[in-house]
Amino acid sequence: MAKRFYLYPVWIRSWHLINAILFIILILTGLSMHYASMDNRYFFFTFESAVAWHNVAAFILTASYVFYVLGNIVTGNGKYYRIKRKKFMQKLVKQSVYYGYGMFKGEEHPFPVSERRKFNPLQKLSYVLAMYVGLPVLIISGFGLLFPEILVGQFFGISGLAYTSVLHATMGFILFIFMVIHIYTCTLGDKPSTLFKSMIDGYHEEH
Amino acid sequence: MKVIILGIVVTLLAFLGITGPDTAPVMQDPEGAEMLKGAENSIYYEDNETCFKCHAQDFYTLEDAESGLSQKRVMCQNYIVDRDEYYQSNHWSFACTDCHSWEFSNFPHPTAERLQDHFSCLDCHGYDEAYAQYHFEEIEEEYNASTHAEIEGFSCWDCHNPHSYEINIRTSTNLKETILYDNNICLECHGNYSNFRLLSDIDEVDVVVSHEWLPNQVAHFAGVRCIECHTSINDSILVAHHILPKEQAVRNCTECHSSDSRLMATLYKFEAKEQRKRGFLNGVIVNNSYVIGATRNYFLNVASVVIFAGLMLVLMIHVFFRIKKK
Repeated sequence: MAKRFYLYPVWIRSWHLINAILFIILILTGLSMHYASMDNRYFFFTFESAVAWHNVAAFILTASYVFYVLGNIVTGNGKYYRIKRKKFMQKLVKQSVYYGYGMFKGEEHPFPVSERRKFNPLQKLSYVLAMYVGLPVLIISGFGLLFPEILVGQFFGISGLAYTSVLHATMGFILFIFMVIHIYTCTLGDKPSTLFKSMIDGYHEEH
Repeated sequence: MKVIILGIVVTLLAFLGITGPDTAPVMQDPEGAEMLKGAENSIYYEDNETCFKCHAQDFYTLEDAESGLSQKRVMCQNYIVDRDEYYQSNHWSFACTDCHSWEFSNFPHPTAERLQDHFSCLDCHGYDEAYAQYHFEEIEEEYNASTHAEIEGFSCWDCHNPHSYEINIRTSTNLKETILYDNNICLECHGNYSNFRLLSDIDEVDVVVSHEWLPNQVAHFAGVRCIECHTSINDSILVAHHILPKEQAVRNCTECHSSDSRLMATLYKFEAKEQRKRGFLNGVIVNNSYVIGATRNYFLNVASVVIFAGLMLVLMIHVFFRIKKK
């Protein structure tokens, strides 16, 4: 029987859209700076424009992140991210087996989406790590690179800036990988476009 | 005012960045023997005091033996030599009269002596096997082609004060301090219009305003020397002396922010020859700062490509089985 219910309020959809756009800009500009070359074999942006766009997008992302955290607290959306430790590992394995094997055998989704459960255990874990560990580290290290005077001068003979930069680039890459997987898993709805549509009109649909 | 604020900020940054040991007051003679600097180690200390008793003070006393008259006079700033700086400078071991005529021992100094040309760097350092490795002759060629050489009355001494100049980059143990020292030489005129107009009629240029296009200007001013962008690179000398017209200064970010960073041929030239480490492209820069694009890590780059390719492979296999199931 078809299920259709309102799951994604306007504020989440707006934040999600802005966050997605900013992420793409930050990844492209970050790559353009990281792989800058003298003969302008740049990736997507020139070095100068990449610096400008990266800085502006980073400030907006920071504001957007604060909005997201406050929104989760105020609206109660944060409850969907709460991980209950009881049998969580088993639930993770169950979900992973479904993605890797069960779904090809036509098995039922072990943790179907409902008004009370927006995310499956794998989603919960990855979203919590990405949003409450990865992104804060990325933002703080980014501010360290933007204002290098606040960083330690040297540590074991290596510039504090170098450590921060490697941390920033590595975390940026991890979140990029997260984004690729996130986009791919969003094609796992009834139709490849179903879950994308949900994030536009706010309604979750299942048949 | 902005220059003063910037100077304070740069000084504070350099101070915060100080982690290495202080430069020991030691220098090497051309044969490589170590010599301890300082007034107490100068065999000419007593002789030099004859000069310093006036030229290290803001005032001197003009006396006339015949009439017995005497008068306290202000010493012109250009003729004041800081005694402490002198005995820590490169030329600390000399007697004043090694470079200035013995006739200056007489006071008032004879006009004929005062009108004599001063020595230039090449008079001592040029065409001498002991200094051949430093290519002073090429430095002079570079200087003669630079914009500074076009200024009437300009000489080596305007940047390298013979009474206070110290070798820096070659013996540096703290690069931030070296950068500060070198940039202060430029700012002596380019950040101080009173000094600047002694040599040029050009209107005052505010270096903070003219460098406003630089992202994070303070980090750039503290992290690189002015000459990194304002000279042309010369492979055979350690410090470039061909100061370019401002229109030819580097403005392309990727000249430094790339794997072929020009900083390796300028600021880090000396160290770069010494080491390559930890898989960082231009790793020597990592020790002192981080230059986006120039200091990328080779191993992390390879790892990221491998991980991304692996992920794509897994996703393609997943898609294959999804299609197969349908």
